[in-house]
Amino acid sequence: MFEVIQKEMIVPNLHLLTIKAPEVASQIEPGQFVIVRSHQDAERIPLSVADWDREQGTVTMIFMVVGKSTARLARLNNGDNIPTLVGPLGKPTVIENFGTVMCIGGCYGIGSIYPVIRKLKEKGNEIITVVEARSSYLLYWLDKLGKLSKKIKIITRDGSFGIKGHINCLTEIMEKEKITPDRIIVNGCTYLLSKSSADLRSLNVPIVVSLNPIMIDGTGMCGVCRVTVDGNTKFACVDGPDFDGRLVDWTELFQRRKQYMNEEAQLVHSSGCGGGHE
Amino acid sequence: MSKLDLNRREMPKQSPEIRKSNFNEVAFGYTKELAVAEASRCLQCKKPRCVEGCPVDINIPGFIKCIVNSEFTGAIRVIKEKNCLPAVCGRVCPQEEQCESKCVLLKQGAPIAIGRLERFAAEMEVAREKFELPEKNPPTGKKVAVIGSGPAGITVAGDLIMLGHEVTIFEALHAAGGVLTYGIPEFRLPKKVVNREMEYIQRLGVKLITNFVVGKTRSLQTLLKQYDAVFVGTGAGLPWFMNIAGENYNGCYSANEFLTRMNLMKGYQFPNSFTPIIRHKKIAIIGGGNVAMDCARTALRLGAKESYIVYRRSEAELPARLEEYENAVEEGVIFHFLTLPVKLTADQSGWVKEMECLKMKLGEPDASGRRRPIPIDNSNFTMPIDGYVVAIGNSPNPLIPSTTPELEVSKKGTIVADLETGKTSMDRVWAGGDIVTGAATVILAMGAGKKAARSMHEYLMKN
Ligand SMILES: Cc1cc2nc3c(=O)[nH]c(=O)nc-3n(C[C@H](O)[C@H](O)[C@H](O)COP(=O)(O)OP(=O)(O)OC[C@H]3O[C@@H](n4cnc5c(N)ncnc54)[C@H](O)[C@@H]3O)c2cc1C
Ligand SMILES: Cc1cc2nc3c(=O)[nH]c(=O)nc-3n(C[C@H](O)[C@H](O)[C@H](O)COP(=O)(O)OP(=O)(O)OC[C@H]3O[C@@H](n4cnc5c(N)ncnc54)[C@H](O)[C@@H]3O)c2cc1C
Ligand code: SF4
Ligand code: FES
Repeated sequence: MFEVIQKEMIVPNLHLLTIKAPEVASQIEPGQFVIVRSHQDAERIPLSVADWDREQGTVTMIFMVVGKSTARLARLNNGDNIPTLVGPLGKPTVIENFGTVMCIGGCYGIGSIYPVIRKLKEKGNEIITVVEARSSYLLYWLDKLGKLSKKIKIITRDGSFGIKGHINCLTEIMEKEKITPDRIIVNGCTYLLSKSSADLRSLNVPIVVSLNPIMIDGTGMCGVCRVTVDGNTKFACVDGPDFDGRLVDWTELFQRRKQYMNEEAQLVHSSGCGGGHE
Repeated sequence: MSKLDLNRREMPKQSPEIRKSNFNEVAFGYTKELAVAEASRCLQCKKPRCVEGCPVDINIPGFIKCIVNSEFTGAIRVIKEKNCLPAVCGRVCPQEEQCESKCVLLKQGAPIAIGRLERFAAEMEVAREKFELPEKNPPTGKKVAVIGSGPAGITVAGDLIMLGHEVTIFEALHAAGGVLTYGIPEFRLPKKVVNREMEYIQRLGVKLITNFVVGKTRSLQTLLKQYDAVFVGTGAGLPWFMNIAGENYNGCYSANEFLTRMNLMKGYQFPNSFTPIIRHKKIAIIGGGNVAMDCARTALRLGAKESYIVYRRSEAELPARLEEYENAVEEGVIFHFLTLPVKLTADQSGWVKEMECLKMKLGEPDASGRRRPIPIDNSNFTMPIDGYVVAIGNSPNPLIPSTTPELEVSKKGTIVADLETGKTSMDRVWAGGDIVTGAATVILAMGAGKKAARSMHEYLMKN
């Protein structure tokens, strides 16, 4: 069993979860993920790691409530125990001295890009951070990110903080600010990943995206996480989750992520009418 | 001697009509009367050919004799001298290729039903309230790590704990048992049978650590610093696909995914479990082994109107256990022999809707000794489907080899190990089961585990 050290809603619908898992904490690197199960009968859900403390033996994830399993996770309290936290899974993000790196984060990716930026900084890179959210009340960790970045740009859709706009005004911002990155790294929802890849491909630099297809085991055993990259089938859990967004078949990924939409809706429904679980 | 009894006793099972809509075990097993009657047919051969066919040399006439005399405790004791998982093997071993294929009564068309008797003996043990724990050797102070909790790992752990060593099993998934747990369906191998075996070795003192991926959570090299010897039994878990166009459409799976959703994640209880499963109407399973049968029969139980097995050779070459093939036919699985899928097409939202196939014919025997399937020109035809499962095999899981460069692997990705001892190219590291042989059988994995345990024990006592 793995103890919940801290569970906190940091902004509406986004939760921070810190779990005691010394073995995982001792090995984890930026860009890797873990799989958790909240209860004995729960789904296995992959979550990127947003921080860790090797001495305390803890790992921290940020997750958004989107369905039944994340909702059950969100109901955990400090001191509870969860039956599964396994990892570190996936390959770490490749981090060297690239020069100038632009790091884009949205949603839970604002959290998971933090350790990436921390290590990029250690390796002597100059970091331009871009954070995107619907509104100011959905922003978090800006201080932590800002401290490590040469520049931090914030985009909100309603203009309540930073630049009013959407991820599609990225190119405009870059031109105005004369940002010419040697590498781009994007963490967040699939839409953010695909949109950034499409809009920034003309820069001719690698666009590293952390993919989040459906997964089960996370060890290469089931193949549900397959994605087509440069015409080849890859298993995101072992070959990724990072890939060059310019080579990803996004249409397929969006379709595959919708595979269980009808069934998942059934779950939300069955719990809503009191016939559910817990 | 009295006249030969050639009436091979059938094992009572659920009728096909009923069982194809539930997930309970198909077979009920022998009653005492049936078991004694079947056992009494055995000739108690002086040179029992059946034993030669058994990969772990069970004293077959010995345990059968116990059943004849209604000494059921004795029967299980004889089996367990050689096989620590009789409840599993009695259910899933391909007896018709092993012990039963060698039985002298085969000529008369009625070999002794050794598998069914083994299953019976194991069930009788469970039925007895008291479960005796055997006495272990005194502690040796040596520590052993076993990676993977499939039949190979369970066997090594069970043998070494009895010999007095301290044993810890590391398992990547949240539940132990390997393929027995995540792959083979409930209706063929109830999970309570597997859980019982896992509980048993834990009661013997084996420590089980789940949610632990060796090579990720801790490296093999680090384990070697903490343990005197390591056994790698990580199985063949990497699914193959056909590599034809359209395999990533929605509704297409590897057999591992389809079965894992069902078994490990209890998809058959959905929505009373949490991992979703789709109820397909017309589903095609590609392959002809046990795995394919399991998928096709699972799909029927989930309510499929039509569940097809699409196999590129003919009925004669089917690698599945005979009993499972017969069960599948009875339940209404539709077989398309000599058929090879070449392409899948999808509807506008990316769901598979049609499979294009080629007809095949059989040519000369190939390296495997089976006749090679050859496509017939212009024989293309299409089948409407809404589900597609690839069950053509698995490669060894590359996680440990890829993080352990010192470990010698073959071109196929299997770990190179001595077949008699299980020793690998790395000092203090043994391996066995599917990770060494490629996908094979439960009993071969156990046999490899036995040999490795013996060799590990020898090493541990010398050093
Ligand atoms: C490698 C990897 C890392 C991930 N890291 C994180 C992370 O750090 N934080 C995090 O919150 N999530 C992360 N995810 C996504 C997360 O695993 C899923 O959101 C979660 O499994 C959904 O489970 P559920 O049962 O709550 O929702 P489901 O019931 O499975 O889904 C409900 C509905 O929401 C949609 N949906 C599913 N996932 C998302 C999503 N991420 N965004 C928007 N809609 C979605 C589904 O299509 C479905 O229609 C990661 C995924 C992968 C593969
Ligand atoms: C659907 C299906 C049906 C089958 N039917 C039959 C049958 O009827 N009869 C028969 O004899 N055989 C059958 N087989 C084959 C048989 O199950 C296998 O040959 C046997 O299970 C192999 O045993 P093993 O111990 O080598 O590996 P496995 O049973 O594969 O166990 C390996 C274990 O190691 C774990 N593991 C892998 N990597 C790591 C890691 N890095 N760290 C920690 N743990 C790890 C895995 O999660 C798994 O639990 C079937 C197989 C399948 C898939
Ligand atoms: S070969 Fe057949 S008849 Fe002879 S001992 Fe074995 S099971 Fe009995
Ligand atoms: S999640 Fe099963 S292979 Fe990637």
